[in-house]
Amino acid sequence: MTPNATGADAVIDAVTAVLLIVGALMSLGAAIGLLRFPDLMSRMHAATKPQVLGLFLVLAAIGLQMREWWVWPILVVAWIFQLLTVPVSAHMVGRAGYRTKHLHPELLSTDELEAVVLRAAVKRDAEKAEGSDSAIPRTANGGNAGANRGSVGGPDGSRGPSA
Amino acid sequence: MKDIVLIVTAVILSLAAAGAIYRIAVGPSLLDRVLAADVLLAILGAALAVDMAVNRHLNNLVLLVALTLIGFVGSVTVARFVADRRGQVNDS
Repeated sequence: MTPNATGADAVIDAVTAVLLIVGALMSLGAAIGLLRFPDLMSRMHAATKPQVLGLFLVLAAIGLQMREWWVWPILVVAWIFQLLTVPVSAHMVGRAGYRTKHLHPELLSTDELEAVVLRAAVKRDAEKAEGSDSAIPRTANGGNAGANRGSVGGPDGSRGPSA
Repeated sequence: MKDIVLIVTAVILSLAAAGAIYRIAVGPSLLDRVLAADVLLAILGAALAVDMAVNRHLNNLVLLVALTLIGFVGSVTVARFVADRRGQVNDS
């Protein structure tokens, strides 16, 4: 920042200060959300604030302060890289959280995944029954191993590390 | 101006990091800790970016992108191999 700035420099410094402080407040909001929200899913909602919007604000402050046009593409690439990786990791964490039941179902207004999981469990049970009927002449573990390993983890607790 | 911005952002980011570290410490589950570690990494990235903006240099930009990559690989790996070790549900 320019010491004893006047004119346009003072305006740019003021805008930069606002961007930096609001970007830092995003981090504080995420921390408060982590401390106060009741379960994993709502904490994940709070955790995305500094990762996307907070990073955008502080990168915009850097671009304002550097005052070189070639800085902006680099900053945009850094931000887009974050935008690409954050949803993937959030998807994996949310999926693992749902499968290991780190959620309060009574706090959800709707649970669309529950119907899908139930349908997959019914389908797997049907395949298992059919497979055990036809697998009587074969070895005991011939038909059932594939059906157990490849299907979605149902509500009956038969989840491995891949479910 | 520069000192004021540095002090205010340092205080805010320190409070945020304290909250994230508290959530890492108390858990209660592994996924909560992974999520809080991700937030702590984002707070570190914000601190690096504030330093770059206030002092007008770009030395930390590669480190910022590397932090993003580390957070991605870490949380995806842990979430991939998390298993349910608890007897009862819903105590998160």
